[in-house]
Amino acid sequence: MDENTIICRCSDVTLKEIRELISQGYVTYDEIKRLTRIGMGPCQGKTCGQLVLREIAAATGQSIADLSFHNIRPPVVGVKLHLIAEEAEKHED
Amino acid sequence: MKTKADIVIIGAGISGCSIAYNLAKRGAKNIVVIEKSFICSGSTGACGAGFRMQWGTEMNCRMSKFSTEFFENANDILEYDGDIELRQSGYLMIANTEKELAQFKKNIEVQHACGIPSRMVSLDEAKEIVPHLNTDILSGAAYCGKDGFLNPHKTTDAYYKAAKRLGVEFYTYTEVTGIRVENGRIMGVETNKGNIETRIVVNAANGWAQGLAKLVGVELPLYSERHQILVTEPVEPMQDPMVMAFNLNLYVQQTPHGSFIMGRSDAGEPRDLRITSSWHFLEEMAKTIDKVLPAIGKLRVVRQWAGLYNMSPDRQPIYDKVDGIEGFYVACGFSGHGFMFGPVTGTVMAEMILGLEPTIDASRLRLSRFAEGNLFTEPSVV
Ligand SMILES: Cc1cc2nc3c(=O)[nH]c(=O)nc-3n(C[C@H](O)[C@H](O)[C@H](O)COP(=O)(O)OP(=O)(O)OC[C@H]3O[C@@H](n4cnc5c(N)ncnc54)[C@H](O)[C@@H]3O)c2cc1C
Ligand code: FES
Repeated sequence: MDENTIICRCSDVTLKEIRELISQGYVTYDEIKRLTRIGMGPCQGKTCGQLVLREIAAATGQSIADLSFHNIRPPVVGVKLHLIAEEAEKHED
Repeated sequence: MKTKADIVIIGAGISGCSIAYNLAKRGAKNIVVIEKSFICSGSTGACGAGFRMQWGTEMNCRMSKFSTEFFENANDILEYDGDIELRQSGYLMIANTEKELAQFKKNIEVQHACGIPSRMVSLDEAKEIVPHLNTDILSGAAYCGKDGFLNPHKTTDAYYKAAKRLGVEFYTYTEVTGIRVENGRIMGVETNKGNIETRIVVNAANGWAQGLAKLVGVELPLYSERHQILVTEPVEPMQDPMVMAFNLNLYVQQTPHGSFIMGRSDAGEPRDLRITSSWHFLEEMAKTIDKVLPAIGKLRVVRQWAGLYNMSPDRQPIYDKVDGIEGFYVACGFSGHGFMFGPVTGTVMAEMILGLEPTIDASRLRLSRFAEGNLFTEPSVV
């Protein structure tokens, strides 16, 4: 794959940036995520997560199944804040 | 892993990394930092990224000014190959009661005496600065254009890399499980990967600091408390400054990437080490934002997370050595504003440990102030 390939479209991160971090010793998904914002976009890593794990696996010789992915936290779907507020107020009445 | 070190620092958040760098820069050798997870995995990595000079006490004004001036030049000073992403786009502090507004006015006098360029702004001007602000519910505001935010991961990474270049060794995924004391002095630390002999231990473990101190029979007057935060989908730039309110209980900024990050305090938070996310926070946050900045209420939440505040009785940190245990130092109790004080933490602790003349007089933040009943109360904290 070309090194200028964008791996994370949400946060605009290239394969080159990922490989550079891995070569500097940042070999967990969490560290790479926090330094590049990969996986922090609206899709929450659904598109890019596996690609990053594959790069880490290739560089460290671990299997993808053994690598940890970030926690999936609520809310899993993008809900608008004012709708949450309205719902909450309804329950208070 | 080394079996001997001159100084062992526990915790590699902004505090531990800044202390390590400042020690090494002043010529200390044989420094080891032990981190149970990865660098910046604690509260620093979960924080709101804000820094401000709008404080209500002279000490905090001076310390935050020192930090701000450091941040302004940090890429150069730390010779960072990345960018700490400093943005001095201001803090707009909003008040919704006359009492709070009066406090802002008092604070500004203290800030001006320290040379901080803050000012009161009218509600009209506040609306010019942040057009989507609902000023109908406000009584006034204060503003400082030199406040702002910077990337906590990158800032910690910059300190970490600079410290490493100066010879500091970092052991990640290594947990301190014991601290050895003999005849009232530190002799070493025990970890899950082996023991290290040392005469100096610095406790920079934040949320875990009081637990570590207990290992050597020291009761620090601290507790840890979960604080939650959320982020929205990214949108076009529409808000420059951080908007912060103590009484309305809110802080919210738009990141350089366009998403909004916001948090608030919750009086009902459990006092333990849990950092799960709650639906209750999401509801309270949504209601607050919908009332104060309705346009942001139209955005979708993409993620929510939490970190620990390490709370002290007066909401101020402790920078000290512990009486009765020679060689045991603590830098903790930041009560929710330890990221922005990182440069001060490193400087104060390094000078204290090396016995150098202090650049900043932080004696007010000594541990014994609680026993003396000499608390140092800062009026302006969330
Ligand atoms: C939601 C939220 C928002 C915040 N917003 C802001 C803000 O806008 N501005 C601001 O200035 N501050 C903010 N804060 C506060 C700030 O995050 C903290 O005060 C600061 O990061 C503390 O840094 P630290 O290095 O002392 O602690 P941490 O970053 O928590 O580092 C402590 C480290 O010690 C390690 N550790 C603990 N126990 C052990 C052990 N036994 N062995 C080895 N390692 C150990 C931990 O893994 C951790 O990495 C916020 C905090 C939260 C939770
Ligand atoms: S592609 Fe990476 S977060 Fe969406």
